[in-house]
Amino acid sequence: MSHSEHHKERNTLASSLEKNVEVIAQKCYQCGKCTAGCPVADDMDLPPSMVMRLLQTEIPANDEKVLRSHSIWLCVTCEMCLSRCPMEIDIPSMMDYLRQRSRSEKKVNKKAKNIIAFHKSFLNSIRFTGRLYELGLILDYKRQSLNMFQDISLAPKMISRGKLHLFPHLIKGTAQMAKIFKKTSN
Amino acid sequence: MKFGIYPGCSLTGSARDYNESVFALAEAFGLEFTQIPDWNCCGATAAHNLNKELSLALPTRILALAEKNGLEEIIVPCAACYSRLVVTRHELKNNPELKNRISEVIEMDYRGTSKILNVIEWIDKYIIPKLDEKIVKPFNYKVACYYGCLLVRPNKVLGYDRAEDPQTMDVVMRKIGADTLEYPYKTECCGAGLSISRTDIVSKLSGKIIEDAEHRGADAIIVACPMCHSNLDMRRPDINKYWDAEYKIPVIFVTQAIGLAIGLTADKVGLKRHFVDVKIS
Repeated sequence: MSHSEHHKERNTLASSLEKNVEVIAQKCYQCGKCTAGCPVADDMDLPPSMVMRLLQTEIPANDEKVLRSHSIWLCVTCEMCLSRCPMEIDIPSMMDYLRQRSRSEKKVNKKAKNIIAFHKSFLNSIRFTGRLYELGLILDYKRQSLNMFQDISLAPKMISRGKLHLFPHLIKGTAQMAKIFKKTSN
Repeated sequence: MKFGIYPGCSLTGSARDYNESVFALAEAFGLEFTQIPDWNCCGATAAHNLNKELSLALPTRILALAEKNGLEEIIVPCAACYSRLVVTRHELKNNPELKNRISEVIEMDYRGTSKILNVIEWIDKYIIPKLDEKIVKPFNYKVACYYGCLLVRPNKVLGYDRAEDPQTMDVVMRKIGADTLEYPYKTECCGAGLSISRTDIVSKLSGKIIEDAEHRGADAIIVACPMCHSNLDMRRPDINKYWDAEYKIPVIFVTQAIGLAIGLTADKVGLKRHFVDVKIS
């Protein structure tokens, strides 16, 4: 009997991962290579191998811990874990899925506030212009994160090196971009 | 021959130096680029962190535009964009249903036929065959080649070089006269997209990459990714503060190093735009 048949009625994160991103948490045998190679494991509340272990238990309280973890937002998708995993478990795709679940279930870890603010500012910037407008991104991020003084000395140095546009470049397909954002809004 | 280029957002702004060096090399070797008309941002980390479908739709529009304009081969100098484009093409190739859905989202036909080259593949294919005759000033420096993450990973999908201890950039650098050091930090992450939201983590990770290169006596770190470059170069004051250090090693794009070797000026290849002084010329 396969694992999924055994848990026919299960409604767990592990089962959603199987269905949505073809990641089978039960494959993990806890060798710890992902955690050993993860550049941000030191800063995580749950290193990747621990996330795998919690998912394997299929206990609601553990699923909750994963969705509320800081780790899923600290993951930078460097793909080191996948490249070293002996079972080829696609942890980066899993992290993308967990982040989206964490947001849709409003379980985002408070410490991840700035990371998400940055991602949102980034997408806001390209939603309206089609390309990243770095100055706009920085200003919008400051507004969202309230980090008014961070990197304040960087902008003039970037401008003097010709590395920061003062005005955005609008692509012709801005209407198409707006549609793409609308159709994919989840 | 004419081929397409997807510069990506960084190359128009914070990585203008990289862009200048790519175009300077193309000019010197008589290669002509066509920018993919009306290209958009690939969505980068933000899109795949927050919205999977969007993270596929944005690169697909870029690839569809390339196809529409008959660009069968496109060079993508930014390693992060390169990874997003190749991963997207891979996902849609293996999932026809998803491919149809994404085509519907972007309201464009998409076949997935354009060939995508990263900067080293482009150099190997178009620069290397004519390189020897053009070298006037061998790049006689000790270098640490830093590949970062997205040029080589996910390895199974990109199918490019080795995931551990890659060699392609080292080979290119040796061809222009450099002494390439054994460098175990080659594919360690610089902190990538956390540059603004978690500068502390980026300073920590980038500092380790820099410290090891300096410790091994490198004159320069050679890169092929604008995100790695901005973290190692533009974030240097933050790195030095975090580690209470005075790291001075310059960070040079592989295209800039080749440019210098064939006699282009530091200005022409964008070296004057760096934050960390480049004393190599």
